[in-house]
Amino acid sequence: MNRYPVWKYAILVIALLVGVLYTLPNFFGEAPAVQVSSAKATIKVDAAVLQRVEEALKAAGVKADFVSLDGTSVRARFDTPDNQLKAKDAIQKALVPDAQDPSYIVALNLISRSPTWLTALHAQPMYLGLDLRGGVHFMLQVDMQAALTKKAESYAGDLRSALRDKNIRHGGISRDGQSIDIRVRDEATRTATVNLITDQFPDLQTTVTPDGAEFKLRASIKPEATRRVQEQALKQNITTLHNRINELGVAEPVIQQQGLDRIVVQLPGVQDTAKAKDILGRTATLEVRLVDEGTEARAAEAGQGPVPFGSERYLDRNSLPVIVKKQVILTGENLTDAQPGFDGQTQEPTVNLTLDAKGARIFRDVTRENVNKRMAIILFEKGKGEVVTAPVIRTEIAGGRVQISGRMTTMEANDTALLLRAGSLAAPMEIIEEFTIGPSLGADNIERGINSVVWGMLAIAAFMCVYYMLFGVFSSIALGVNVLMLLAVLSMLQATLTLPGIAAMALAIGVAIDSNVLINERIREELREGASPQMAIHTGYERAWATILDSNVTTLIAGLALLAFGSGPVRGFAVVHCLGILTSMFSAVFFSRGLVNLWYGGKKKLKSLSIGQIWKPEGNGKAVAKPE
Amino acid sequence: MEFFRIKKDIPFMKHALVFNAISFITFALAVFFLFSRGLHLSVEFTGGTVLEVAYSQPAELAKVRSAVSALGYADDVQVQNFGTARDVMIRLPVQKGVTSAQQSEQVMGALKAADPGVTLRRTEFVGPQVGEELVHGGLMALAMVIVGIVIYLAFRFEWKFGVAAIIANLHDVVIILGFFAFFQWEFSLAVLAAVLAVLGYSVNESVVIFDRIREAFRRYRKMTTHEVIDHAITSTMSRTIITHASTEAMVLSMLFFGGPSLHYFALALTIGILFGIYSSVFVAAAIAMWLGVKREDLVKSTRKEGDPNDPNAGATV
Repeated sequence: MNRYPVWKYAILVIALLVGVLYTLPNFFGEAPAVQVSSAKATIKVDAAVLQRVEEALKAAGVKADFVSLDGTSVRARFDTPDNQLKAKDAIQKALVPDAQDPSYIVALNLISRSPTWLTALHAQPMYLGLDLRGGVHFMLQVDMQAALTKKAESYAGDLRSALRDKNIRHGGISRDGQSIDIRVRDEATRTATVNLITDQFPDLQTTVTPDGAEFKLRASIKPEATRRVQEQALKQNITTLHNRINELGVAEPVIQQQGLDRIVVQLPGVQDTAKAKDILGRTATLEVRLVDEGTEARAAEAGQGPVPFGSERYLDRNSLPVIVKKQVILTGENLTDAQPGFDGQTQEPTVNLTLDAKGARIFRDVTRENVNKRMAIILFEKGKGEVVTAPVIRTEIAGGRVQISGRMTTMEANDTALLLRAGSLAAPMEIIEEFTIGPSLGADNIERGINSVVWGMLAIAAFMCVYYMLFGVFSSIALGVNVLMLLAVLSMLQATLTLPGIAAMALAIGVAIDSNVLINERIREELREGASPQMAIHTGYERAWATILDSNVTTLIAGLALLAFGSGPVRGFAVVHCLGILTSMFSAVFFSRGLVNLWYGGKKKLKSLSIGQIWKPEGNGKAVAKPE
Repeated sequence: MEFFRIKKDIPFMKHALVFNAISFITFALAVFFLFSRGLHLSVEFTGGTVLEVAYSQPAELAKVRSAVSALGYADDVQVQNFGTARDVMIRLPVQKGVTSAQQSEQVMGALKAADPGVTLRRTEFVGPQVGEELVHGGLMALAMVIVGIVIYLAFRFEWKFGVAAIIANLHDVVIILGFFAFFQWEFSLAVLAAVLAVLGYSVNESVVIFDRIREAFRRYRKMTTHEVIDHAITSTMSRTIITHASTEAMVLSMLFFGGPSLHYFALALTIGILFGIYSSVFVAAAIAMWLGVKREDLVKSTRKEGDPNDPNAGATV
């Protein structure tokens, strides 16, 4: 009766093998590496970059363990920090000729030393949380109300020009909070306005209130559109943050959305919080200026003669000089959106800009006076300006909708739009949580965490072996398997291991041993009541199982509640806690039974079990009352 | 080896009243301290800035305190040792108009001026709105644990057991909180996690005993409820002590080796586990008894589900 069919053993062996395989990468430690990622939104890291890195390494005579393209970065691993530094210099020289204006970021990093065949199986070490590796963590709250106000402002401008296009005479448009008030004088205008809004502005809803002889129309953003605006704002802010953080040259930044209006930024290895915060919180750096078209400026543009007074020289993306006036017409603050698109008539790729009401007014005046002249849109990155585009003004542009077209590929249009958007945040953000952990503290935390798990486990295993003899040995092995499975599952899920997570692991071991104690005590009890050894194993496991299930489910309920409502460290604890309970059911019951069956199952004339002393009370107390 | 050589069932329930009185007194004391002293909440809940700095020599707290106070903070700056004599933890309240970055830079500047050997180990800033959410989340988690466990136990056993288990174990939670209030230990998010984990863990303990009670009701038809509970507690005694000792070994190893970061977490678990034994063994069963658990409550309800020992199971006519 105590025999497992072959398939059960097969499951155990497979689970064990998979467990070992996925736990392995955690033991190899980390090797020095160099990581190359893009420094600009327009530059992509692809196979060509990979090749250039390989060539640079070959030219410098540095041998890498491997060079691979991993998502948006190229990584090369080296055997010694010495080679890593040499390689970094070589790659830097090859890819970044101008240190003032880098296209790529070459950063030092650590990557797992595990062999490539393990990596090919997607067996990767657990990701260590900031409290274990050191670094900076920020939680930013996006001011959604401001995003909505900005959106309403741009709708107000759009409405104004749409009404003018249709020759609908209104008595004034104004933005009030996040809605737009339009005054109309008569019934006919009211209907026309409402129709226009329903036709052209599907994201707005209107309510009408009579105001004396006139009507007051109030247009507000629909709830679903509000949600969309918020999502876009969050997404744009995340993109902008990405671009800015690239500047820090952090190897593996984490930029994640949390909840509906929060962004978490984690920068492992960064210690300089002040600089990080400065870069995260930087304000918009996009400027629109007129191109200086005087003869002197023309000469300066061609490189003959000085830049005229009142103008400045910037390079465009093809490194051609453009002389622009110092006077700033508009800044990124007036730009509400920039999207790639197509011209309705010529089918040429375009970039469509949307300006807010103030920007639209200024832009109309400037364009009216400067038809057939050029304007330049300049993006300031790291205090250095670059002309993104310098189109010719064809006509007066009113209404705040600007279309830039001509000699652009779709790709270029996309990039330009991205660059224009990158200059500004969709909505202001505020840091609401921040912590920095020094690297030495991180290392201490790992060591302490591991020490406490190891010593606790050794103490328990020693006790179990002495108290329950062979069954104690089985229990200890099962305990070890539990830790193995837990590590494997965490590695497979690529969960972030934090100090509370290690604490949960320690607690999981404590809970797992409970199952084994329950089983062993039950078997002893059965033996005490006179059951045969084989029978005792069978009923012991069977009876204990019901109890184990009940008790683990209650513990799991607590774990799930923590997972659902906890945040930060509590979550890290809860994930490991819940997984630990699940793996403990596998190891303590299924696996340990497998061991017992393997050892005792085949023995037909089994006289005794090695489960420690079975003490029987002499008197016939109630503890041994026979069942009826 | 066999530690527990118990000849007869120990008549625990005869003394149920005594146990309940002890529980009630500790509970009342814990509540009293919670109200009179309050919890020493960590910066995660209250909002504010925490800096942890390390000196090359043992630090003089008074000097550090005066350096920080000189920056214009009132009396609510806390300066204390953390772990070793060389590590110092500084807690600053939220200041209007000053960002946390400026705050920590100012403080580091002042400390560096006093002693250039100081290094920043860790800073933490939490805005006030986060704290409120954490309190809300914590309460929600607690509520969900309570409801979830009562429902599960009502489903598997009987509502009386669910209620008894929750009352017994909430009393543990309150006692842990009482300890934290009395000693003014820092109550952080990690401690909250520990408290909720204890809740799950000691309910687990009660479940083992309830399981035995159910089994004893089925097997020993002639025993009274009293005797059944006594028997259940006695027969799980050995397992209870060994399991808790093992878990406690693990937790103590965290307390000794885990360093200051895990200190209060491990402490909360230690208290929780010690009181967990007491409450789940003596209090939960006693409450179930007061609530009037009967053989019919359990035996009938399991019959419906199909008793595995029922020889007629599966037989249909």
